[in-house]
Amino acid sequence: MDAATKKAYWRENIKYLTFLLIIWFTVSFGCGILLADFLNQFQVGGFKLGFWFAQQGAIYCFLVLILAYIILMNRLDKKYNVNE
Amino acid sequence: MSLQLLTYIVVGLSFALYIGISIWSRAGSTNDFYVAGGGVSPLANGMATAADWMSAASFISMAGIISFSGYDGSVYLMGWTGGYVLLALLLAPYLRKFGKFTVPDFIGDRYYSKTARLVAIICALFVSFTYIAGQMRGVGVVFSRFLEVEVNTGVYVGMAIVLFYSVLGGMKGITYTQVAQYCIMIFAFMVPAIFISIQMTGNPIPQLGFGDRVADGTYLLDKLDGLHRELGFAEYTSGNKSTLDVFMITAALMLGTAGLPHVIVRFFTVPKVKDARKSALYALIFIAILYTTAPAIAVFARTNLIETVNNQSYDQMPTWFSKWETTGLLDFNDKNNDGLIQYLADPDKNELDIDRDIIVLANPEIANLPNWIIALVAAGGMAAALSTAAGLLLVISASVSHDLLKKMVMPNITEKQELWAARGSSVVAVIVAGYFGINPPGFVASVVALAFGLAAASFFPAIVMGIFSKRMNKQGAITGMVFGLGITLYYIARFKLNWIGAIENSGPDHWWFGISPEGFGTFGMLVNFITAIIVSRCTKKPPIEIVEIVDHIRIPKGAGKAQSH
Repeated sequence: MDAATKKAYWRENIKYLTFLLIIWFTVSFGCGILLADFLNQFQVGGFKLGFWFAQQGAIYCFLVLILAYIILMNRLDKKYNVNE
Repeated sequence: MSLQLLTYIVVGLSFALYIGISIWSRAGSTNDFYVAGGGVSPLANGMATAADWMSAASFISMAGIISFSGYDGSVYLMGWTGGYVLLALLLAPYLRKFGKFTVPDFIGDRYYSKTARLVAIICALFVSFTYIAGQMRGVGVVFSRFLEVEVNTGVYVGMAIVLFYSVLGGMKGITYTQVAQYCIMIFAFMVPAIFISIQMTGNPIPQLGFGDRVADGTYLLDKLDGLHRELGFAEYTSGNKSTLDVFMITAALMLGTAGLPHVIVRFFTVPKVKDARKSALYALIFIAILYTTAPAIAVFARTNLIETVNNQSYDQMPTWFSKWETTGLLDFNDKNNDGLIQYLADPDKNELDIDRDIIVLANPEIANLPNWIIALVAAGGMAAALSTAAGLLLVISASVSHDLLKKMVMPNITEKQELWAARGSSVVAVIVAGYFGINPPGFVASVVALAFGLAAASFFPAIVMGIFSKRMNKQGAITGMVFGLGITLYYIARFKLNWIGAIENSGPDHWWFGISPEGFGTFGMLVNFITAIIVSRCTKKPPIEIVEIVDHIRIPKGAGKAQSH
């Protein structure tokens, strides 16, 4: 594998990471903390939304994020033929 | 059968199971001992990581902390799960590709420096010892509460069990024992939660139940907020802490999780890079089951407790009340002599002190569940403490036998000698941990602030920069670690342990920017990053072979087995 391909692989990897980490930050520090008071005026079932994000929602999003990362990276590994 | 006898039987059976597993899976080589031969399936590894990760604090104390702090308790929920996203995305796959045994291995090789390795060894030992002392204490406490023996006797029994299976089995024994421990622990946690959820809201899923309606048609959380207002507490769903502090604590716990050596080392045990990513997902799934249930238990128990005790006659309390009163977890003092219990936010008028651990421990009794479930909760608490202690023990013994002895002091020892050194250092580590469990030093209580703050401020930046920056050199990494660690240690010693400076000006009013010691690791992490980047730009580039290592770990192909050379 030549240096240019390696670089391209890494660049795409970084792109995915940035995208996923922005969501990671938004759901936990954003919805669960910084925007919690604002979101608390909305209610979903018996949950105030900000409170729900902080105690439930953020955790579910974390799971989805890791799952998305695995799918994206497995595809990327195949594309660059670096999978095992 | 009496509860006491039943508890002895259930706990005894669980111990027999752990010992059986460790005999079946004993370690034959250093590879087995440090990384379980590198052949653990991602599913089993995920389960073992979850058990390793969830300590006595997660099992026994967390739901209680949330119950008494409401929204503020979210810092633990997000902090102790969000770190797995960082682990999965930024660390696990690359460290697996790097393919060594320990975290100091990575730091030492990537930063081509014995000093860097030594700094990493000291950090790993310090973090692990702080943490394990808390776990041994936890084993003792579980014993004393359920089996009515002395806390110290409990610590001795715990030491003997952990010693047996970690010394014999190493990582291999520990991993498969942890799988069993996870199953016991999650079952013991979920069964009471499901029963109580059905009792209170009719919904069998606790995660949905605590947002559901109670019998009179109001939402449970609205009702609890109302009760809190009535008694003078802050609303359950909004909390007391400042937004900045909640932010900083959550961040420190997340970064600390991603920097704790006993968690990172788990990702060395799977066969491929792909498996490392996958086992981070499995681990978080298994952790999330407990972590999304804990806030539900917190709400159920809080509501139940307030309704059962407040303004009720002391003479008519249920039997569990007097039982937990004798253990000191409940303390009633009838200040106005009216024979009623007043539970209020105002400390002058409040008549009932409640230990937060009661939320999980007394849960099955409050819900009138059968005795075997109560016995199971005891076994679950023990499983949580033992699994974490064993994982930490392994990090300690690997740090001593592998990082210190093999890599620094006596590079020529054979594999067999190294294996015996690893076993020997486990024995010493258990004894030291047991000693601290029996004579807990002041810092055990601050274990969260210390272990997470230090891991966040030292390992996390050093490892991330080692992977994502080819320009980072040894000068930068070492100064970064020392500065980040130094300032965090200073802050915790100053404001949490009160070792430095006058006690009267170490209160919240004097904290820097209002950041509590628990959240200061985030600041230390920033200091580490900034110092490291500045210093590395002013000093020589790392040598070409180091840049090649970085290139190598970025590509998943060809991970191979973990190697000692």
